[in-house]
Amino acid sequence: MPTFVYMTRCDGCGYCVDICPSDIMHIDTTTRRAYNLEPSMCWECFSCVKACPMHAIDDRGYADFAPLGHSVRVRRDEEKGVIAWRIKFRNGKKDMDLVAPITTKPWGKHIPQLADASAPSQEMRDSQLLYNEPKYIRLDDGDLHTLKSNGLKMQKGVYY
Amino acid sequence: MAYKTIIEDDIDVLVAGAGLGGSGAAFEARYWGKDKKIVIAEKANIDRSGAVAQGLYAINCYMGTRFGENNPEDHVRYARIDLMGMVREDLLFDMARHVDSAVHQFEEWGLPLMRNPKTGAYQREGRWQIMIHGESYKPIVAEAAKKSADKVFNRICVTHLLMDEAKKNRVAGAVGFNVRTGNYHVFKSKTVIVGAGGASNIFKPRSVGEGAGRVWYAPWSSGSAYGLMIGAGAKMTQMENRIVLARFKDGYGPVGAYFLHLKTYTQNGMGEEYESKWFPALQEMVGKEYLDVEASHATHRPIPTCLRNHAFISEVNAGRGPIHMVTMEAFQDPHLEEIGWHNFLGMTIGQAVLWAATDVDPKNENPELTTSEPYVMGSHATGCGAWCSGPEDVSPPEYFWGYNRMTTVEGLFGAGDAVGGTPHAFSSGSFTEGRLAAKAACKYIDDGKAEGIRVSDEQINRRKKEIYKPMEHYKIYRNEITAGTVNPHYINPRQGLDRLQKLMDEYAGGVTVSYMTNEKLLNIGLKKMKALEEDLEKVAAENIHELLRAWELRHRHLTSEAVIQHTLFREETRWPGYYYRGDFMKVDDANWHVLTVSRRDPETGEYTMEKAPCYHLVEANE
Repeated sequence: MPTFVYMTRCDGCGYCVDICPSDIMHIDTTTRRAYNLEPSMCWECFSCVKACPMHAIDDRGYADFAPLGHSVRVRRDEEKGVIAWRIKFRNGKKDMDLVAPITTKPWGKHIPQLADASAPSQEMRDSQLLYNEPKYIRLDDGDLHTLKSNGLKMQKGVYY
Repeated sequence: MAYKTIIEDDIDVLVAGAGLGGSGAAFEARYWGKDKKIVIAEKANIDRSGAVAQGLYAINCYMGTRFGENNPEDHVRYARIDLMGMVREDLLFDMARHVDSAVHQFEEWGLPLMRNPKTGAYQREGRWQIMIHGESYKPIVAEAAKKSADKVFNRICVTHLLMDEAKKNRVAGAVGFNVRTGNYHVFKSKTVIVGAGGASNIFKPRSVGEGAGRVWYAPWSSGSAYGLMIGAGAKMTQMENRIVLARFKDGYGPVGAYFLHLKTYTQNGMGEEYESKWFPALQEMVGKEYLDVEASHATHRPIPTCLRNHAFISEVNAGRGPIHMVTMEAFQDPHLEEIGWHNFLGMTIGQAVLWAATDVDPKNENPELTTSEPYVMGSHATGCGAWCSGPEDVSPPEYFWGYNRMTTVEGLFGAGDAVGGTPHAFSSGSFTEGRLAAKAACKYIDDGKAEGIRVSDEQINRRKKEIYKPMEHYKIYRNEITAGTVNPHYINPRQGLDRLQKLMDEYAGGVTVSYMTNEKLLNIGLKKMKALEEDLEKVAAENIHELLRAWELRHRHLTSEAVIQHTLFREETRWPGYYYRGDFMKVDDANWHVLTVSRRDPETGEYTMEKAPCYHLVEANE
């Protein structure tokens, strides 16, 4: 519908409300559980499905082109750094399990705190370089490309 | 209104919209502005916002100079050919020379980049694309942005930019409202980097009803990049250059990996190759310089995306549809089959859902393709966006006014979809543009360009009143009717969006007219847009969620008006397959080998259009 919430599994925690990029997962004031209030603005991005600790959210393909009776389920595990999918066809002939990594490092540990990095010199400020450059461009001693270094110029006119 | 006014003062760098572009800006700003106050205002939750919220299975812009693969100028030439000559080559060169350093950092942060076991280099999908396991691309990049920012305001719909009252045409921050609490937020800032998105859902989508959300670009991409900047009087460029995508039917699942890595190919309903037979007539329209099939075969020069669309559209209109993607050969290899499915799960899950629902197993059956409704954006194979300054060491005088990626409004910068003339930036290039904008914004402040900014309470209160007007309007007129949504005094945001989509489709070259328009149609479209603009003053919002939709509609409307103005101005058909000007069916290099630049006067709403020269990167001795 695209995503929808099973009544018996949802405990109204609001994780889906917090993550939905389209602001369409809301808490129903009567049942105190989450629901998709605007399916026509749902991208089937599965952000809510992945975020739900109760596995209460599922997806049913868009009514205007997807017949009933299929299933795509997912479990995303940040600790293990993997995501596992299961796809079941409407006719039951295909049932696939697919697993993929989502990160190669412990979560957030290898992202630098730039406030702690040493401050750029005036020379660096006056250059065209960004943080970690030129080293990170080629991971060797090479410098940033310029028009001069690459033997180029900017020319007005019709070129193809 | 009972909503509180919350003022965040003394901001140095405000990032409005933190997808890949805005995240790059926030991240980098901390390095150049150690003691600067960096604040993010994001419409959703930064962990899953923007076009990459769902993930990506490829990074489509990576040079690989480290592996001796490409130089920045190679990428510029590629983008130039693909966009029929119409790009900002200074901005593209600048993005391309920095982009690899972003990608190498992503890998260090934990983003799984696939490696080619034979060469040790990143696994190439095509010349520019590398394959990744990118389900968590956005959360990883968001983490970097969060570490750099002083504050992240999630769920703030930024509606307007604040303007300085001491100096004309200088930005002073932004305002918006919290889509949860409803509170009014004021961000007073020395600079603003717009990282907001391009526009889906301004042309009527092929899908109907519930499926209207399964657009190619995210439904939450509401053209806010353009709405905000046009509203502030920034000049825009190439807004006519909307994009049409050839994709798997209904789900709009990506085809890049299928073509490039899985080596699948297309055929018509009779099982025949169809593209080449349309090329001779097409060559008449665009000239041999832009379509030279033999040269393309000999040199791997790409055939522009729009021209391939043209062959697709023409074949379907000739009655030989549907167009199929031939997957049955590649999918016999279990490894390739797995990649085919992972590719969808990583970035367009809806396509996997659709194939499961319709029992399409690409191993046993060749899936259908379609051409999408048009989209307005600036980081895929199209370059809509603001007219921005380039870097000092590359840009010619017409393209340079002091600060890299600064728009024609002082202190207002752009990244990603916001910057015009920079197609093929994709995720990594958008992030890179954010970094470039951040460095320039810090320099702008350090140079003393943001001194003495004044914002009056009058401006703040005026915007507040304006923002909540749809809710006031609802309250006043709702009880004149018994129930329902039909009211003589107002329309709701959905009704307004439906009207916008219908008129853009019929008058500005949408799917139902096979992407065709002309001067007469565009002028009727403008007239209807004017009436819609008047009715937008009477949009009613029942609650805060509808208020969000009301302001997204505003941004889509401003974007659409720019699209029509630019389409009207460019009297040629530069990109057959994206759209056609029926009254000028050819490419006209004598008059239109130029970039189109517009400005909407924020006071009067009047448009002025101009041509800007198109500079190309050529050999220094040429």
